[in-house]
Amino acid sequence: MARSALTGTRIRERRTALGLKQADLARAVGVSAAYINLIEHNRRRVGDELLDKLARVLGAEPVALAEGAEGALFEGLREAAAGGDAPVSQAELERIEEFVGRFPGWAAVLAARQKRVTELERVLENYSERMAQDPFLLTSLHEVISAVTGLRSTAAILVETEDIEPEWRARFLATIQEESLRLSDTAEALVGYLDAEEQAETGLATPLEQVEAWLEARNWHLTELEAVDPPAHERLIDGVPELASGAARKLALAHIAQVATDARALPLPEMTRALAALGADPAALAARFGVSLGTVFRRLAALPEGVPGLPPLGLVICDASGTLTFRRAAPGFALPRFGAACPLWPLFEALSRPMQPIRALVDMAGRLPQRYLTYAYCQPRAPGGFDGPVLMEAMMLILPPPDTPEIAAGPARPIGSSCRICPRAACAGRREPSIMGEA
Amino acid sequence: MEKHHVLLIEDEPNIAEAIRFILKRAGWEVSIRSDGAQALSAVEDLRPDVLILDLMLPGLSGIEILSRLRARGDFADLPVLMLTARGQSRDREAAQRAGATAFLSKPFANSELCEMLGRIVAPETTPDA
Repeated sequence: MARSALTGTRIRERRTALGLKQADLARAVGVSAAYINLIEHNRRRVGDELLDKLARVLGAEPVALAEGAEGALFEGLREAAAGGDAPVSQAELERIEEFVGRFPGWAAVLAARQKRVTELERVLENYSERMAQDPFLLTSLHEVISAVTGLRSTAAILVETEDIEPEWRARFLATIQEESLRLSDTAEALVGYLDAEEQAETGLATPLEQVEAWLEARNWHLTELEAVDPPAHERLIDGVPELASGAARKLALAHIAQVATDARALPLPEMTRALAALGADPAALAARFGVSLGTVFRRLAALPEGVPGLPPLGLVICDASGTLTFRRAAPGFALPRFGAACPLWPLFEALSRPMQPIRALVDMAGRLPQRYLTYAYCQPRAPGGFDGPVLMEAMMLILPPPDTPEIAAGPARPIGSSCRICPRAACAGRREPSIMGEA
Repeated sequence: MEKHHVLLIEDEPNIAEAIRFILKRAGWEVSIRSDGAQALSAVEDLRPDVLILDLMLPGLSGIEILSRLRARGDFADLPVLMLTARGQSRDREAAQRAGATAFLSKPFANSELCEMLGRIVAPETTPDA
């Protein structure tokens, strides 16, 4: 039977767990206590016959004593060693049992983490094409890679450095524990996220998500509504695959009606001329046409691509509860997939200051932080007239920052996508811990 | 023999500590900064023989630091080893465009780090291990 050099260690662990003395075990299997001592210190190889006897007395399977959990443990450690661009040297690999023997607990943690990382990497590979821009996955992956890098380098130092000072050894052992816990937390959050994602994939998207998918497919522009005599609104959604539910079609019709109204107030030829003259300045455009800022925000977000003076932009709209009712992401500006958005968005500041325009430079947290110029505005709606409730609606237009050195180097409000994936640990607006740990 | 100097810009403290330990043992003098915003002034003040730059940093990204560095004549030839995440080919391409001398994917073998540094620094400035 194949066995590792640590068979004796397992025999010793089993014997002491049963409260047997070496002499008791030696008598039971018919060898001397000194011989058992040599076996337990891995200085004598155990023959098959003696292994069977020992296993019987110790109440264990012979294979468990010969291979034990270390078979899988060694495999995990070798996988970790092979995980880099350059393989671990043969000389180092041959000392793997020494590492396990000296630090069995830490070796088990490292192997278990390696197994987890392998599983997560497999899952991530499957999702990467489809979700390459998902901020949660990207930040989680960064966490995993950072933790694994710390683990790998630290574990290698412990194995390779024979004369390591005790204080350094203690520090690196603490690092292994810390990184293992971090990896464990990130892995749990990631698995939970992917489970939710899988459920979302198998179920129907929400009506709002269906409308977003339809508008995304239309490049956020409905050409038909720019005509002098536009078609009936229903024709725009006939047979549209993205609008699978009645609720989504109803939302889509409401959106079409709003876009049509805005297009009548700000016709495309006039808007094109005004943009060329004034740029994407909502206040100047609102003044030029005598319309509300909200109308200009919505109209800018519904224009066709390529209009001179129109930068790539995003628009979010929320109601008084803070729920996002319209989401068009600006390039690189991560909108939360689940849960509420960052409370520091100027959008929510506008909710508390109705009718007051807010212009703010923001820095969106992320792998590579990005700066944006935002315009936010909140205005009331009264769909029920004087007798109905007055509903507040806030909007935030998200634009690239002006390309000037002052803007690039100047201060900006730090914001995130949502607390769950935001790395700004010390943020005053934080309402829940981030899975990203301390930034 | 005078020790040669590597400046490491890395925001992960455990990774930075491990790299410092490895490189000090290999004969390098090691300085560490954890924030991208400190990187440029640190390069200017310390004048290292080689720079190890993590791609994803708070304050200023590794790409941005590298671009600004290369735009300055006096640091155009400074060897820069960029630490990237495995599989992030877009990041590598961006780093290459910005002027990285070499790349090392995380996680990496410690020996790989030492070999890579030796390779990108001129032989006469490589410390005796």
